[in-house]
Amino acid sequence: MAERSFAKEVQKLKQGDGETFSGEGILAITKALLENGVGYVGGYQGSPISHLMDVLADAQEILGELGVRFEASASEATATAMLAASVHYPIRGAVTYKSVVGTNVASDALSNLASGGVTGGALIIVGEDYGEGSSIMQERTYAFAMKSQVWMLDPRPNLPSIVAAVGDGFELSEASNTPVMLQMGIRSCHVHGSFAASDNRRPDMTVSQALESPRRDLERIVLPPATYLHEAEKLTKRKPAAERFILERGLNERFGQPSGKVGLIIQGGTYNTVIRALNRLGLADLYGDTDLDILCLNCVYPLVESQILDFCEDKEAVLIVEEGQPNYIEQQIGHMLYKAGKRVTLEGKGMLPMGGEYTGQVMLHGLGEFLTAYAPGLMPAAAVTKNEAPAPIPDLSDVLPARPPGFCTGCPERPIFAATKLVEQELGEHHISSDIGCHLFSIMPPFDLGATTMGYGLGPASAAAFHNEDPHGRRSISFVGDGGFWHNGLTSSVGNAVFNKSDNVIVIVDNFYAAATGGQDILSSRADNKTKQTQNSIVEACQGMGVKWIRQIDRTYDVTKVRDTLKEALTTQVAGPKVIVASSECMLNRQRREKPLLAKATKEGKRTVRPRFGVDEDICTGDHACMRLSGCPSLSVKDTGDPLRDDPVAAIDQTCVGCGNCGEVADAAVLCPSFYQADIVSNPTPREGRKARRTQKIIDWLQRRRDAKRVVFA
Amino acid sequence: MNIQNTSIAARRSPSAEGEKIITLAALAVGGQGGGVLTNWITAVAEANGYRAQSTSVAGVAQRTGATIYYVEMCRDTGRMPVFALSPAEGDVDILIASELMEGGRAIMRGFVTPGRTTLIASTHRIPAVAEKTVPGDGRADGQKVIEAMGIAADHTVAFDMEALAKSAGSMISSSLLGGLAGSGALPFPKESYEDVIRASGRGVEASLRAFNDAFDCATGKQQPPQPEAVTKQIETLHVPSRHQDKWAQLQSRLTALPVAAQEMTGLGLTKVVDYQDLAYGEQYMDMVEALALTDSAPFEMTIAGAKYCARALCYDDILRVADIKTRASRMTRVRDEVVVGDDQVLMVTEYFHPRFEEFTTTLPGWLGKRLRNSSRLEAFYARYLDKGRRIRTDRLRGFLMLWAVSALRPWRRSLLRHETEMAHIDQWFATVTDVAQRDRALATELLANYRLIKGYSDTHVRGHSKFARIMQALPILQGRPDAADWMRRLRTAALADESGAQLEGALATVQSFAGDAA
Repeated sequence: MAERSFAKEVQKLKQGDGETFSGEGILAITKALLENGVGYVGGYQGSPISHLMDVLADAQEILGELGVRFEASASEATATAMLAASVHYPIRGAVTYKSVVGTNVASDALSNLASGGVTGGALIIVGEDYGEGSSIMQERTYAFAMKSQVWMLDPRPNLPSIVAAVGDGFELSEASNTPVMLQMGIRSCHVHGSFAASDNRRPDMTVSQALESPRRDLERIVLPPATYLHEAEKLTKRKPAAERFILERGLNERFGQPSGKVGLIIQGGTYNTVIRALNRLGLADLYGDTDLDILCLNCVYPLVESQILDFCEDKEAVLIVEEGQPNYIEQQIGHMLYKAGKRVTLEGKGMLPMGGEYTGQVMLHGLGEFLTAYAPGLMPAAAVTKNEAPAPIPDLSDVLPARPPGFCTGCPERPIFAATKLVEQELGEHHISSDIGCHLFSIMPPFDLGATTMGYGLGPASAAAFHNEDPHGRRSISFVGDGGFWHNGLTSSVGNAVFNKSDNVIVIVDNFYAAATGGQDILSSRADNKTKQTQNSIVEACQGMGVKWIRQIDRTYDVTKVRDTLKEALTTQVAGPKVIVASSECMLNRQRREKPLLAKATKEGKRTVRPRFGVDEDICTGDHACMRLSGCPSLSVKDTGDPLRDDPVAAIDQTCVGCGNCGEVADAAVLCPSFYQADIVSNPTPREGRKARRTQKIIDWLQRRRDAKRVVFA
Repeated sequence: MNIQNTSIAARRSPSAEGEKIITLAALAVGGQGGGVLTNWITAVAEANGYRAQSTSVAGVAQRTGATIYYVEMCRDTGRMPVFALSPAEGDVDILIASELMEGGRAIMRGFVTPGRTTLIASTHRIPAVAEKTVPGDGRADGQKVIEAMGIAADHTVAFDMEALAKSAGSMISSSLLGGLAGSGALPFPKESYEDVIRASGRGVEASLRAFNDAFDCATGKQQPPQPEAVTKQIETLHVPSRHQDKWAQLQSRLTALPVAAQEMTGLGLTKVVDYQDLAYGEQYMDMVEALALTDSAPFEMTIAGAKYCARALCYDDILRVADIKTRASRMTRVRDEVVVGDDQVLMVTEYFHPRFEEFTTTLPGWLGKRLRNSSRLEAFYARYLDKGRRIRTDRLRGFLMLWAVSALRPWRRSLLRHETEMAHIDQWFATVTDVAQRDRALATELLANYRLIKGYSDTHVRGHSKFARIMQALPILQGRPDAADWMRRLRTAALADESGAQLEGALATVQSFAGDAA
């Protein structure tokens, strides 16, 4: 069950000619795939493209009706390898993943796919996670397109352009027998807009039909001597074919007055930001009409030399707007101009920053600088003079607290790291390898645990070098999520540790979903899934890999147990890797699943119990030790209003889901007795109600009796 | 030629017909419903014949980090405007901040521009983790942000929209939308917002209430919820008739004190008497009176003494915890806090973990001292008894267990813990009275140092050790004109982090005085 259900939205995928489709960029791409007769779709989720996978999963019925096969791939490598179906058969296929991490994982398959080439259109939709709000290292997918020589589209970020790019991509792929990447920025994936829908098209050939009439062509298989042939073909046939297609179909757009002395060559994805900057400089209206000559590259690779040279002809200066580094496009254009002996001044990085996202303000400055230098006549007076006196706004940088993301309220991973902190308090600090996933929030306060993160499923692998010669010495602890475990951790991390007789400790954080990417089901998910086989055991998989020392913890909130198990793993003399599978359901998903059920049961008059936690403020001393082991959003501080006290005390707000972490941590760390658990029973049984009333009577009597004897607040 | 940063704060140009794009950014903390808010705003714009585009960065949004949502809109003229996908510095017309510090962050990021931006902000606080983990009070100063809002924004609508939404039984997204509608920053009628809320289907009535309340607050028709100074609930002190005389005596001793110190001493006295008994109140009054004798107006030392002597005397032991947990007033508070209906049953589980130390210190002094050194007993305890205990105080068995512990109160003075505490208090108080003869300001700070002693078990030990280390600086500081100031700084440093790293630094500075003097 994914975090967000698109069950309602996917009905829009049935729209046809004459209707206007309105929705998110992600949904628009899905619709475009169906309109273009795609035969199969696969991929791996990850921001910003997660929702595309969720949409497809929710749209399986519609896909099925059209004869389209959908797979939630095990990894991006799997997804890319899936495109092999387009090598010999004229079937259009599309896969999707986050880049650049997904592209890294996929690159082996990508090279093979690119070498042999394709018959049916093969489209790789990459969610480029770059710039502000990105969750990964800042690299460009562009390098992959160049090295494998696959083509790359970067359409203008509006729905009609994105939808057109899907169709263009398939055709370009077929015209040049080359896979095509369609790059989507973070925000264009989530942009809300509309476009004119067309009828969905059944694939010309379905994958079932292909199976019934198998084909093979030795020349398309990646094995010498065919590979030498492939390389030559890329240079002599496929690339020229692509260039022809790009020109003939006018993939790249020209805006403004072609006679201008200065011009811009921009990536399609930056078009809106460029136009806004020009608008603010008084050089474009709000519909994008401008006199400035612009070549908008909706296809950023390959660049067509004749088009570039033609654009630069008779210009005095050209600015390349290319986000990210290295500046591959600028380098190629510089090379073209130099070899052609052109004298036009080329600007790019320098006037614009080398790295970082080209935000509105960055673009405004860059374009302003370029135009002031090369076309000062164009710049309206208002734009170059100080049109507004800067106001002395107070500096708040010392006041504002950082707010990095952290574990959700009730997250079952929080107690695992609380336990790890407690173990470190006892046994000293250890080398800790982290992995990709929600559990990576352990590196943030209040836990501050984890030294490296090397890739999805590679947490334990990144501790591989650490082998202690002293069998009684410290071991490394590494974390890997259930998502990462199935992605490749089973082999790269666990199998590797078994094979190499590692002595280290591996903690598999099992929350029943690929939680960080939005709660998609995976092999070990506990839910029943109509189209997938779930409930496969992580423990058995590890044992199958040869792990001898393995412990399953079924309730991670038992901090004492997690602590003791971890301690045992770090001290046992059993040889080989020590694996702890710490399992509890992701609280976001659990709440989404259970809350409506609980409300319904309560409404129907069934006995239900809702747990919550609280703090006795008279017992809390305001030391906040509990928060240093928690960081739960619902556990916060409040004033007591008591003049005798200085520091705010702990308080738990209404958002508490009663996971029990507070009490368990207070117990395991022997913090303080101020936490209490309150279980509210709705529709109690008559017997239960009677018993509660009777007990209360006795308690009342005892309390009255005590209070009568002493000076006391009442 | 370089263009200075400040020179391009260029505004968006309208179309030839005068159409303008309106830009709106919303900064929210994950889980606050920022997505719902932007969907509503987009729908309102479209219902009013505008074209609108919204974007966000999802993913981390769900997970408690700060997130930006962005909407652009423009009257539909038949042509599609080129909308930007993210807010730019100096180019935001409307900024919505769903928490005070996020409003501050928007200002720092340049999204709030004088003469341009309407700022709609909720002034409530959601403390960040870094604020919560400080052993003292780590909360950021919100007043500075509120002042900056007044300077940075063209027009500010700021009040506690969270409290307002809560009292209407809704989420903050509804009251933020009401604040937006009431600000008049968008040219849309109020009814169109209400229609959109109605169309959204879930929790409509509550959402509309919150929306309307916020709308009225923004337009000045209604007084926004005022930040209430938290006051401790006034509980009445119940004095049984046979204690009335002694209590009256204590009251008269109280009124004999300097007026300035009476309020604090009164609070301290009731706390101490409530904690133990009237004789304990006398002991407390002795301490305060001793301080008052050497003090003069404005009696700051006496006030500090009244506060911290009460704190010191009311140390946190098992008896105290058991007493509080079994009080009628506490049960009532729990029921209120977790909201239990009359037809519901409440089960209360207490989390306890008494260690060997707690066990031995709750024994009579002579016995406790003997047993605490018995390693065999300690091993036995660790093996069989040292574990967390869940005690159900809604059940008779659990309640009686705690009740029995609390009933040890009359014998508290004979317990080992009391002996240790009193030795510590006496030593501290002797130092204070000694210093008070020469430097009252310093003595006041020494009194306040008791603030460091708090928590239970390891936390308590750590507090004690920090206290001891600060007190060690006394010989170096004594006699210096700025001694009190330094003592205060040392205490502030000790409260800044758990490890005491800042305290180390501060102590090193103080040590350097000693070097200078030598």
